[in-house]
Amino acid sequence: MAYYLGLVQLIGIHTLLGLSAYILMLTGQLSLGQAGFFAIGAYSAGILTVIFQLPILPALFVGALIAAFFAFLVGFPALRVKGLMLVVATIAFSEFVRLFFFNLSWRVPRGDISVGPDSTNGFREIRYFVANGWSAWEITAFVWVFVILVMALLWWADRSRTGAVLRAVGEDELAAQSVGINLTAVKVAAMTAGGFIAGIGGGLYAHTATYVDHLTFTVLLATFAIAYPILGGLSSVFGTLLAVIFIQGVLVEGLRFLGDWRNIVFGLMIIAAMNLKPSGLFDAPTARILKRAIGLDGRGQNGA
Amino acid sequence: MLELHGLSKHFGGVKALDGLDLTVEEGEICGLIGPNGSGKSTTINVICGVYGQTAGTVRFRGELMDGKPPHQRLRAGIARTFQNIRLFPNLTVWQNLWVAQNSHQDIARQGFLPRWLGATRQTRKEIVELLELADLGHKGDDLAANLAFGEQRRLEFARAAAARPKLLLLDEPAAGMSQREIDDLGQRIRRVRESGVTVLLVEHVMELVMGVTERIAVLNFGHRIALGTPGEVQRNPAVQEAYLGSSAPESGPEGGRA
Repeated sequence: MAYYLGLVQLIGIHTLLGLSAYILMLTGQLSLGQAGFFAIGAYSAGILTVIFQLPILPALFVGALIAAFFAFLVGFPALRVKGLMLVVATIAFSEFVRLFFFNLSWRVPRGDISVGPDSTNGFREIRYFVANGWSAWEITAFVWVFVILVMALLWWADRSRTGAVLRAVGEDELAAQSVGINLTAVKVAAMTAGGFIAGIGGGLYAHTATYVDHLTFTVLLATFAIAYPILGGLSSVFGTLLAVIFIQGVLVEGLRFLGDWRNIVFGLMIIAAMNLKPSGLFDAPTARILKRAIGLDGRGQNGA
Repeated sequence: MLELHGLSKHFGGVKALDGLDLTVEEGEICGLIGPNGSGKSTTINVICGVYGQTAGTVRFRGELMDGKPPHQRLRAGIARTFQNIRLFPNLTVWQNLWVAQNSHQDIARQGFLPRWLGATRQTRKEIVELLELADLGHKGDDLAANLAFGEQRRLEFARAAAARPKLLLLDEPAAGMSQREIDDLGQRIRRVRESGVTVLLVEHVMELVMGVTERIAVLNFGHRIALGTPGEVQRNPAVQEAYLGSSAPESGPEGGRA
């Protein structure tokens, strides 16, 4: 059971990671910096509960704010580059963050031992949940409260003018400027919001895993972050959730019985998915079919 | 209302605009015509801030616009359409108008949260009006990409009007339109002006320009070669020469689409 709860927690955390990339992709920005924001959230929240002994909620919040602050800073130079160049620039950022934590050693004595990030040995004592006697069920519920809150907020924003403005920027920057949209503000805001969400995900990850080191936050993690919304499509936040369940639940875990063959099947399924559903598993036609199936036909949401 | 003074825009060695002077008066419909490559679209792009000018100044209602990015110029009251339609194709018709509600009064009146996370009654009412004005009332939930060509043109016109501009720049709005659609467009332009909007119309379709404008400026090689009423411009020998070569036949630029 603990294994499955761990998987459910991981799916929730990766959904947050995917959503942080989703909001950026709406504005047409493809960022591999999400692993960096996730790492900042993870280390910051961990340091706050371990070294400063804060409770989990303020630690997560402050960790996410720190990640958002760095995302805000990355947002400005990112305005000048697009497409592949933005991908490369944000990889550089993620690697910078990873190497920073690779070198960070901040040990403080606690009783007989010392705790805190220990550069190459990782950050091993993030035991807030264990120390406070949380059960696996409680931890899972705690993670999913954040996932549901973030998804609900993004879903709501997506249907409102915010979503339309983000998508307008993603579709045609010149036209967006010409109707009065401030590109700088929109893109930096999307980057900052993405950093905040990745930061929450990172903080939750550090506390559920109890241990992080720099190898957790490689470019592979950043690739997963953008793979979710790409596979899930940009029609709604649920696509990202489905993609995470599909990749983490079905592909990574579900195919474990195949042993080393798993990676081959993994590759084949990704190729098949991209060929059969090029605009994502949860693309607009699929969304319509599902909406019809549950009795919402999607028309008239704006009263027009 | 709009004053262009000594406006030049060079692309490398090409002088797209070369010392253009033009004043558009409040409340008028001013035409801007000229042969292909004479600098009409460049003028619009410089007024909107898409390009920075090489020399000269753009003043709007007395205020210097130089160096301001496009969105600030829109908020100052300058809206535009594009020569090749640039809608947001994967947004609905409704969303295309919704994102374009960016005028200053609008922002001040609504709070931040209602504006970004809700839709105020005023917002909805204005969009419904715009949809009706554009004869797209029943198409609010359609994707812009799925509209017919004429509908897309009307939506782009409505989208520019959504910001409640004081000056509307129309870049060849009649391109590709049928006769009936051109007549319809002429009426829309007049209606917009009646609501207090000044219009600068760049157009190749002469009957539209001659029909709706009060004054026409003619560009050639990036500067103004004539300015006057439609009648004066038609009789101007320099204009006839620019359009038709030196041995101008009697018809001048009035005969249909130059």
